[in-house]
Parts: sequence; C-alpha cells; structure tokens
Amino acid sequence: MGWIALRMLTGDKVKYYGLIFGIAFSTLLIAQQSTLFVNLMLRASAAIWDVTDADIWVMDREAEQIEGTRPLPSTDLYRVRGVPGVDWAVPILRQGATVRTRGGELEQVSVIGLDDSTLIGLPKNVLKGSLADLAAPDAIFIDDVGSRKLFPGVADLIGQEIELNDRRAVIRGVVDANPSFTSGVLLYTRYSNALNYVPGTRNRMTFVLAKSAPGEPNAQVARRIESATGLKARTQQEFALDSIGYVAANTGIPINFGLTVILGFIVGVAIVGLTFSLFIRDNIKQFGALKAIGVTNGKIRGMVALQAGWIGFIGYSIGIGLATGFIMFGSTNSDTFKGFYTPWQILFGVGVAVLLMVFATGFLALRKVLKTEPAEVFR
Amino acid sequence: MDRPAISVRGIVKDFGAGQTRVRALHGITSDIYPGELTYLVGESGSGKTTLISIIAGILYPTEGSVCVFGSEIYDLRENDLVRFRLANIGFIFQQYNLIPTLTAAENASVPLVAAGMSRARAVARASETLAQLNIGDLAERLPRQLSGGQQQRVAIARALVHSPRLVVCDEPTAALDAASGRRVMDLLRAVALESERAVIIVTHDNRIFDLADRILNMEDGRIVSDGKSFPTEH
Repeated sequence: MGWIALRMLTGDKVKYYGLIFGIAFSTLLIAQQSTLFVNLMLRASAAIWDVTDADIWVMDREAEQIEGTRPLPSTDLYRVRGVPGVDWAVPILRQGATVRTRGGELEQVSVIGLDDSTLIGLPKNVLKGSLADLAAPDAIFIDDVGSRKLFPGVADLIGQEIELNDRRAVIRGVVDANPSFTSGVLLYTRYSNALNYVPGTRNRMTFVLAKSAPGEPNAQVARRIESATGLKARTQQEFALDSIGYVAANTGIPINFGLTVILGFIVGVAIVGLTFSLFIRDNIKQFGALKAIGVTNGKIRGMVALQAGWIGFIGYSIGIGLATGFIMFGSTNSDTFKGFYTPWQILFGVGVAVLLMVFATGFLALRKVLKTEPAEVFR
Repeated sequence: MDRPAISVRGIVKDFGAGQTRVRALHGITSDIYPGELTYLVGESGSGKTTLISIIAGILYPTEGSVCVFGSEIYDLRENDLVRFRLANIGFIFQQYNLIPTLTAAENASVPLVAAGMSRARAVARASETLAQLNIGDLAERLPRQLSGGQQQRVAIARALVHSPRLVVCDEPTAALDAASGRRVMDLLRAVALESERAVIIVTHDNRIFDLADRILNMEDGRIVSDGKSFPTEH
C-alpha cells in the first residue's frame, strides 16, 4: 500500500509542496538559529581552545570567564609552579586596550601577553611571519579577522605600525585565531612587551597556564592547585563550559535564539498540521472506501506514517541543506561567521523535532481516518 | 433452490442511545442467492443503506446474525472481518470513490494490493479486468480524464478484480445518464449470472427495475415486499 499512499500524497501538488515547504522552512529556521546560537556560545570559549598546550587555567577566585577577570600578583605564578603534579606554569596577560586606526578612529582591542620564552597561548597556525619575529622590539601579531577589520583592503600588513594605547607597535605576523565572543581585534605580544602597552598596576598577570605532569589527571591537579594556592583552577574543558555558562546566564542570547527556535517549531507544526489535516479531510472518502474494501486500520496507519515520514524526510533534507549551506557559505566568505559549523547534535536534534512534528500532526489527522466508519462511504 | 449466499436473521439496528435512540431496522430476516441480481429499494430513511452495510460487514448490527457464504461474519474478530471483506466482497459506491491520483488500472488494482500482491502483478491483472469491461484502452487515464460512466466501470473493475463472491452496490446508476446507467446495469447483471455471484444493489432508480431478479422493498426498517417486480405503488 506504500506506493498508493505516496501517490495520494504527491498527486495533490499544492498540498504536497505546502507540506514540504512547511517542514523545510521550519527545519531551516530551527537548524540555522540553533547553529548560530551554539557557535556564538562556543565563541565565548574560543580563546580558551586556542591555547592548546596548557591543561589548566589558574585565575582569581571570583573569575567566571575569560574576559574582565581580576589580575593576579606575579608571585602566584611561583606558587602554582610549586604545586605537586604541575609540570610547568607560565603567565598570560589578557587586557583591553585602544588602537588608533589609520583613519584616526579608536578601536577597542585585546592585548594578549604571552610567556616570553615559550609563547604559550599563541594560536598554532601562524599565517604570516614566524615565531622569531615576535622577539623584535614592539612586535605584535594580529589575528586574521582583526587584521581585515583594522586594515581593510591592505594585502601586506607586515611592518605596519599602529598606535596601541599611545605607544608604537609593529605588526610582525598574522595568526589564525578563533574570533572571540565580542569579535574584537586580538593582538599577541610577548608578556614583557605587553606590560608596556597596558595601563600599569601592581598585578597584571591575568591567568597562569599550567600543564599537568605526565600521568597526573588534569582535574586532580586543578583541585590540588586550588587547595594549595586558594586560587581558582579549572581544566580547559571546565573553563570553556564556565565561560559559555557565564554568557548564557548573563545575556539575552539564549532567550532570543530559543524563542526563534520555538517559533520555528510552532510555525512548522501549524503549517504541516493544517495542511496535513486538509489533505486527510480531502481524502477521507478514499480512506473510508479503502477501509470498506478491506484495508485494515494497521495498514491505514502505515500509509499515513509513510506519508508523514516522506514529507518529513524531503522537508528536513531541504531545510538542513539550506541551513548548512548558509553556514558553510558564511564561514568561508564572511569574517562574521568564521569557524561556524553545524554540529551533528543539531542535525540529530532537528531531525527529532521534525519527526515529532510530522508524526504528531499525522497522528492527529489519522484519528479522523480511524474514526471514520467504513459504512459512512454508503451515506 | 440453491443454498443461500447470504442469510440474514433477525437483524435489528439501533442508532443513538437512551431517549435519542432510533431503531433503523426491525428484525430483518431474508436469504439472498448466488446468480441473482437483488435490489434493495425504498424511500430515503427506509433502512436499505443500513441493511446493505450490515450485509457487507461494515456496520455491526444491534441484534441478529449475518451468514455470508457459510461464515457468521459478526462472530469474526475485527481484523478477520476486514480480511473476510477483502477476500469475499466487492464494493461499488455511488460516488465511485476512486483515488484521483491513481490511474484507472491502479485504482482497480487496490484490493489486490491490499491483499499483498505486488504492484506490477496487481496492475496487470486490473488491466485485464478493465479490458473485460471494455475499457482496457482507458487503463492509463486518471479518474478526472474519464466520464461518469467510465469511472463507474473502473469502480466495477475494482469491485470484481479479486473475484469476490458477493458484490454490493450503492446507487450505482444515480450519477449516470440513462444510457450509461443501463450499460452499467447490464454489466452487473452479467457479473451476477455468469459467475454465480450474489449481487445486491441499493437503488432508487426505477429506470433499471426491469433488470432485477428480485426486489426487496423496504419501509421504516422492514421488508414490506419481496418479489420479482418492483411494487406498483413505488
């Protein structure tokens, strides 16, 4: 009976395309908004994932995320190094500064001061320049998205001078960094150099980055650092989740995106539900005739389930295709979407939502068919 | 006389409950024989549609029994009754109830497909049945491309394709002009006579009364006359 069910479905072109449009639109809306939300949230932890060598981030007790934390005294670096299970520990500075652009405008940037000898914290992928170039006086590396923001249309940035907090800085390299949540420009320099750029206070070390000794579990070492120093120590994973949680809890982003996702689902249910209901109503006599002829309710259920599954599959495929296409196009052609991708969990979750949508509406429509007495075809 | 194809005994049918209960059939008892073209006639509301629905196994009676080809059909479990209908009964509806997006051959093949036959075999066999009904050349057409008479022939093909022993028809000529109606009735008569099927037709159409082997006239849920000709007062 499957092919009969599909021919009944596809024969009514207006309703068939209406159903597919409803599901595709809903899928597009849910998948695209969920993807944007997840990627934005991931950006809250992007700078943490850019630091690939360290296992543990040590910070002020009150710190909740990577931005705007209270600096630590330099003595804390030595205290961390003294904790059993710590292989090495280096300082990192992360502070806001102002750059005067070539047009004379002021641009807020983040200055990231890296350990002078190891440069731990610098993104792995250096697009222009070499690590040795960072040893030069006033040398800074800039992230690729930031470089296009500060120097639009300039092909070769190496050697360009900028005014960083009223001090001269020279761009010696470009790195491929994950854009931050605020999409600000990231400037990397040696720790000792960074101290010259940011306003002078007694404590200017933002974090201590630590590596666990071989065989030492990161979480255990982090807890040991906390009890030994009174500071907060988080594994990379924990700190990333903290940062995401902070943004989620302190901004309206989850609510805004959540509402759009819910709206997408409701719109999908409304369009699909109404159209499916109309489709069933238009075919109620045919279904009644089938029941009279000798098609069991089980087979009727199977027919409606196949119809629901078919439109769900086509609509989902189109919607997901459009959503992932949008994200892929955006991530390769726009700095705004750099690094964005569609996680498989979203594909799966939207699939579940679509299944729920089509089978819930199909079930409601089916009730009408099942309640139809075969004898009604004689009336 | 042959053994009856259908034995109806003491059929009572009530609709509604309590004070709104209406008795549609009052203890109908009758036998219908194979090879006969039997008409159920009567005014609207006389109970003929209710009776044919009960005989066809699609409406449970309140009381009484229906034996179709030796099977007490209302003693069967629900799914067994559905299977019984599929195997033994062909339906022809007033409004044809063809599936508009299927071709004539595909529409006619529905009972075979429902019984589990493959699509290709079912459609091939349905095409043969259409050819036997002289509309083989219309097999690939959709219902909207057919006239009313042609659509009813497709519906008849659908009713006969699986060789049922009982064919029930609800006003098969009501939507047809006189000539088309006559051709359809000739066809149904041939179906009844040639293959020893029982054919029961509910009709108001007095243009075709002369083709009946037997006419059961109903009034107020009772059979008031049973003969070879239609009642003169009808």
